[in-house]
Amino acid sequence: MSIQTPDAPTALPPAEPPKKAKTGRRSIFLRRPFFTIALIVAAGYVLAAIFAPYVAPYDPVMQDINAMMQAPSMAHLLGTDSYGQDILSRVIYGARYALIIGIFSVLIGAAGGLVIGLAAGLSGGWLEWALMRLIDSILALPSLILAVAFIAILGQGVDKVVVAVGLSMIGPFARTVRADVMQVRVQLFVEAATLMSIPYLKVIWRHVLPNVIFPLAVQVTIRISEAILVSSSLSFLGIGVTPPTPDWGLMIAEGRAFVSFAAWMSAMPGFALALLLIALSIVGDGIREEFDPKLRRGA
Amino acid sequence: MWGQALGKIAQTLVVLFVVSVASFGLLKLAPGDPIQIMLGSEFSQEAYDSLTAELGLDQPFLAQYADWAVRFVQGDWGTSYVARTDIFTYAFKEALPVTLTLASFSLAFAILIGVPLGVLSAVKKDTAFDAGAAVLALTGTAFPSFLLGILLIWFFAVKMQLFPVMGYVSPWQDFWGGIYHMILPGLTLSTYFIAMITRLTRATLIEVMEQPYIAAARARGEPSWRVIWVHGVRNIAMPLVTILGLQLGVLLQGTVLTETVFNLPGIGQMLTSAVLGREYMVVQAGVMMTATLFIGVNLLVDLSYPFLDPRLRARK
Amino acid sequence: MKDMVTQPILSLRDLSVHRGAAKILDRVTLSLAEGETLALVGESGAGKSTIATALMRLLDGAKVEGSAEMTGAGDLLALSERQMVKLRGRRLSMIFQDAGSALNPSYTVGRQLITVLRRNLGLSKAEARSRAIELFTSVGINDPEGRMSAYPHQLSGGMQQRVMVAIALACNPDLLLADEPTSALDVTIQAQIVRLILAQTKSRGASCIFVLHDLALASQSCDRIVVLYAGQVVEAGPSRDILERHRHPYTKQLKSCVLEIGTKDITAPEGTVPPHSEMPVGCRFATRCPRALPRCAGEAPPLQPARAGADGPLDHHFACWNPE
Repeated sequence: MSIQTPDAPTALPPAEPPKKAKTGRRSIFLRRPFFTIALIVAAGYVLAAIFAPYVAPYDPVMQDINAMMQAPSMAHLLGTDSYGQDILSRVIYGARYALIIGIFSVLIGAAGGLVIGLAAGLSGGWLEWALMRLIDSILALPSLILAVAFIAILGQGVDKVVVAVGLSMIGPFARTVRADVMQVRVQLFVEAATLMSIPYLKVIWRHVLPNVIFPLAVQVTIRISEAILVSSSLSFLGIGVTPPTPDWGLMIAEGRAFVSFAAWMSAMPGFALALLLIALSIVGDGIREEFDPKLRRGA
Repeated sequence: MWGQALGKIAQTLVVLFVVSVASFGLLKLAPGDPIQIMLGSEFSQEAYDSLTAELGLDQPFLAQYADWAVRFVQGDWGTSYVARTDIFTYAFKEALPVTLTLASFSLAFAILIGVPLGVLSAVKKDTAFDAGAAVLALTGTAFPSFLLGILLIWFFAVKMQLFPVMGYVSPWQDFWGGIYHMILPGLTLSTYFIAMITRLTRATLIEVMEQPYIAAARARGEPSWRVIWVHGVRNIAMPLVTILGLQLGVLLQGTVLTETVFNLPGIGQMLTSAVLGREYMVVQAGVMMTATLFIGVNLLVDLSYPFLDPRLRARK
Repeated sequence: MKDMVTQPILSLRDLSVHRGAAKILDRVTLSLAEGETLALVGESGAGKSTIATALMRLLDGAKVEGSAEMTGAGDLLALSERQMVKLRGRRLSMIFQDAGSALNPSYTVGRQLITVLRRNLGLSKAEARSRAIELFTSVGINDPEGRMSAYPHQLSGGMQQRVMVAIALACNPDLLLADEPTSALDVTIQAQIVRLILAQTKSRGASCIFVLHDLALASQSCDRIVVLYAGQVVEAGPSRDILERHRHPYTKQLKSCVLEIGTKDITAPEGTVPPHSEMPVGCRFATRCPRALPRCAGEAPPLQPARAGADGPLDHHFACWNPE
């Protein structure tokens, strides 16, 4: 996976030593039991996603007219849906789609945010002003609404959802990248470097990027859950992933009509989604509290 | 103070301008030829050209934008060919009131439940109550609202039969009926905000309660309920309003989902059906309205600071 | 000696305060006569402010032991919170170090004063308002009517502290606790405020405990002085005795060290107060004392009268094995 490991602070230049020295403190896993449990749950989802073909008892898109809308039983542990598809298998495969969409769209958002944020932070004058207003404008639209707008242009499908959700997340990433760049820019060593007429790109590469990448990586891990939520929301609205893809949002939407007599159809994928989101948000909180020095700036 | 306010308003207008250019560009980027869609499957080249000229689509981009912007401001938003109505009337008079009603209901729920919960957590810091509230708050911020909505429908409407399953009744026409129909959607949408406000209230109030003026208020013989609610809570108003303004986007996008769950004919439903019907003009209208709301409310939040915190008012 | 017979309005016995493992106050015993002004003097961290806060029962998260008998009120340290609420502001009030942060920034100063008058004295709105204007006038606030509608941040530091004095004296308390009321102020205004507080308490016949770090200022303005070191009383007695006939080496150091007026803390005598974890079992000053004897570090000296026979609670006492 392309998630940055927490080892990244070693990439910091010596001018800014890591905020937390590794003095004999207890391991993060012992200090934060909830974090550890949440991490195990999240890892379980990742494993289920990777080994879905081996774990799932049925083909997730296999329809069985003889087993339509069956309540959970030994044959179908989580029941079947209105097409007779096995919900457990669909939930397991759903993890695959959720994680793939979540991770890739966040990466798109982070890449876009990095470019715009760097440009806004390093340029000056009217260009900076214009880029800032652009960021403001993107932030003026909630990510789901933005994603809906992009879907309107792009159309539906897994790849389209990844792009739409990714583009919709550029705003917050750009804002944090710019804030980080501004901080680095004030620090003396960058000014000194520019004074010594080192090529501009080299300054960015050597001094600015290392200071921006680590907080960005933290942001990426934190925002995966947001991306998953937005993408499953799109599917729930019926404008994201198309059937019969085993997507949780889609499954919840399909089950909605039958909630009065087949509540499990929505509930099972729903709990899979909710549990993953809660686990990811606990993991995200833990990572932020451990690694984000700016957390103390305010709520 | 007024100079600052004018600056804020100017900045807001610029952002609105950028959003409008982008949402106009959206229309241009959309696949398919709008003229073709409007004319249907059979048309002559003449009709095509005349309609192109009539709609000004042969003009350069900026001229087209200016033309569009003028008409947009005048309320001429075009016609929805699926709903066969004027988009402005549909969006503004039918969809927007529904969304605003839902949003304000949820906001009221969130404040009425979240603030007391946060205050109690802060006062009972590090007790079982506090821990319980923290777990609820964490779950509340992470739980997908549309799933919660379905669960609420299942439990309160289907099993208990306490509330209607779905549908919208305008509280302007039937006040109690409106409220009755808004309770489940309002609760669904506000859960995230209840959780967020609880967390924020707890954190900021704990900080405020350590300020010397709190000890001073106690030293004057003020009973603890007054110390907390009059001296403490008054001073968390500003961070609270700030966060509510910034999180308004979450509220607006939440309405989209909640409207779908409960079948409320608001902007969310308008947007979703417009995407499915490829009605770009309606999508554009929805995007513009959402952005304007968000930007407008945040402008109001900015302008409200001097009223919330006297220290930001000019010295006499 | 005659007025010494008066019943003390407050007698504090063996007040100890623990915060975690640290013992911030160690068996502090002191008395206050009616109408008397007492100064608590010592370096920062000596526990002066803790005594005032403990008496108000505003110390949160600390363990408090001992008793504080106040005439007509009982043991302040044993009262319920409900009973304390009735005492605070009415019989017992406090002036804080930094008036700027002790006034609620969200309400006008007039409203804060009027609230006290209305809630504690049950005055009507109009009565409270005219009373508030009188109080503002008496503490030397010019344009009292205009200042009523001012927010704390719109006033100067001196004006803020005058407002605090007005609020503290609003209900004619019997005991006023002034916790370094001038440390946040300009030098020029410090003396004014101290004089104001003294004049106001004297004219009301109230007793006053003044927390100060300035021995000179204390001896000029207060009847009696209690010198504290690291949470213990090292010497106590009438101001003149403390200034001229002091027995404890620490009092001597406090007196002789050059006071840098205007700085928040006095330049401490040589050395620093040992951290709570390394506090000697005997005399806590032993580590810095030029007259320390071998027994000082191991055995705590008791408070003893400076003159044989004069052992009333208000007489001159000191705690030292090798006094001056």
